[in-house]
Amino acid sequence: MHDGEITIDSISKIEGTAGLRVVVKNGQVADLKFIIKDYRRFYTEAVIGKPMLATPSFVSRICGTCSLAHLFCALEAIEKSQDIENSEQTMLLRRLAYDGLMIRDHALHLYFFVLPDILGVDSILDIPDDRAQLGSSQAKLGHQLLEDSFVIKKIGSDLSTAIAGAAIHALLPTVGGFLRLPDQAQFPDLVRRLEEIREPVLRGIETFAKMEDRLLRNSDYLCLRNESRYDFLEGEVVNNTGKRVSEEEFDHFLKKVIIPYSQAEGYVFSDTHEDYLVGALARMNLNADLLNARTKKDVKKYLSLFPSHNIYHNNLAQAIEILQCVDEAAEILKTIKIVEEKPITRPPQGGVGVGVIEAPRGTLYHLAEVDNEGMISRYDVIVPTAQNQINIENDLKKYFSENLNKDREILRLEAEKIIRAYDPCMSCATNFLKIDWREE
Amino acid sequence: MAEKKRKLVVGWFSFTCSEDSTILFTELLNDHLKEWKKMIEFRHVKVLKSHNRLENLDVAFVEGAISSEKQKEELQRIRDNSKYLVAVGACACSGQPSASRNQFVSEEINFKVFWFLEHFDYSQKVRKLSDFVKVDDEVLGCPMDPDLFLKVLEKYLKICTTEK
Repeated sequence: MHDGEITIDSISKIEGTAGLRVVVKNGQVADLKFIIKDYRRFYTEAVIGKPMLATPSFVSRICGTCSLAHLFCALEAIEKSQDIENSEQTMLLRRLAYDGLMIRDHALHLYFFVLPDILGVDSILDIPDDRAQLGSSQAKLGHQLLEDSFVIKKIGSDLSTAIAGAAIHALLPTVGGFLRLPDQAQFPDLVRRLEEIREPVLRGIETFAKMEDRLLRNSDYLCLRNESRYDFLEGEVVNNTGKRVSEEEFDHFLKKVIIPYSQAEGYVFSDTHEDYLVGALARMNLNADLLNARTKKDVKKYLSLFPSHNIYHNNLAQAIEILQCVDEAAEILKTIKIVEEKPITRPPQGGVGVGVIEAPRGTLYHLAEVDNEGMISRYDVIVPTAQNQINIENDLKKYFSENLNKDREILRLEAEKIIRAYDPCMSCATNFLKIDWREE
Repeated sequence: MAEKKRKLVVGWFSFTCSEDSTILFTELLNDHLKEWKKMIEFRHVKVLKSHNRLENLDVAFVEGAISSEKQKEELQRIRDNSKYLVAVGACACSGQPSASRNQFVSEEINFKVFWFLEHFDYSQKVRKLSDFVKVDDEVLGCPMDPDLFLKVLEKYLKICTTEK
């Protein structure tokens, strides 16, 4: 393109509202801004003075799609502040509900948002339903994958609902356990349905592995790692340079960066000041050796692609994680024996707790400070999309710098695809009062 | 005169919220997409498509609360281009929980929040949709009650798609 501007006011097929503005002068990218536009809701301030027991449910409203991630991270932070150690059964049930979240959330992104890019159509609405219209093999594949997406998403939601009471803003998980335990009689049918979606999930993995788009940049990666299994809920924070810190030290690991034009702050590593990426690609780059044995066997030929510096492989990594969650959930459902137990309760005590978990889009941090009366006196949240914000911008700068010879419309479409590959969530990124401007 | 069915033209919009009702809407598509595509034209659904048109909508389903003048103007544009407007979910119907900042009493918090309100185009208060435009129906819930949504959709399918 010639000198001028590309402005995307509102990027489609993502969660929330974000825009992009690129200025080209003298044949070079003079300015590029990835702008998160959702308005802040100040939830970390809204919980101050509220009872700790009510807080997880409230902060689950930070996000519609990964509500369960915020709920579980808040529960962990508050439980640690109260020195509550959950039973093995509680943690197994949380893993089950969380597998359901990952299946549903990744499938929404991959099939509803990314698949149209692969098929060269604007939307899943453009994929024909009528088999008579399915001329090309591409159309047949699109139709098949859309059908697959419905059953995959549905079992994800149903699994979370069976364990946690609802897939969005779940009612049953509480501090120290569950308000009501799931009915084990549902489990055989859930196992059957999980087994049935393995073939569709593998078809999806093959499709996203064949995606030819590439954007390579030597980025850093960060995620949780639990040496005993591929885990989203427990572990230490690790990065690709070999650093390893406890969950409690996580926020010291990062340096907050003010982005004046964006509603969300960004982050870099505090020691190197380098940008980094969180999410499925980071997890697959750092934890692929820990995948479920059955998953690993069936995706063996794709694992050689990791570690990968191609951001589009975040899509493939999510597709593999769907299978991981299907296989893990089926194993737990087959072996768990639910015993009656009540949530662990104890008189409130003053304290600080940190929860760090892997949300679908990457590492999520909640800090809860509780006073002696059990009321929240300080709360902090760091979300994946805020952490990825600088990485997204730097990827886009690289892409535009190397492709300015292309047509303006191609640049616009490709930029949207790159942003979409990160699966960003603006609703998550804009809930907090992170910056005290009097100090900065 | 014989009745002739046409497609219901709908839009789906989000303002300040967690987009939980949008996610639930995408879940409803698991069971209903095929059937709805025969009866509904999704003319403006940013979460599903890039090529959106804000014109001549039968029904606009609107999620989220209103946090700024810019959002207020956008809501008015949606209202002006829709025969019916349905508020979807708690934030759209009541403002809460997105309107939590309206209740802040701490001077310390308000001082910090004030900076944002001044430097980004926030309104002083977060409002529900009916504070600014006529709302024809509400789908309550956080997220929306899916059965209620299906009933409201059915109602407008009957009202709008039968031309005599």
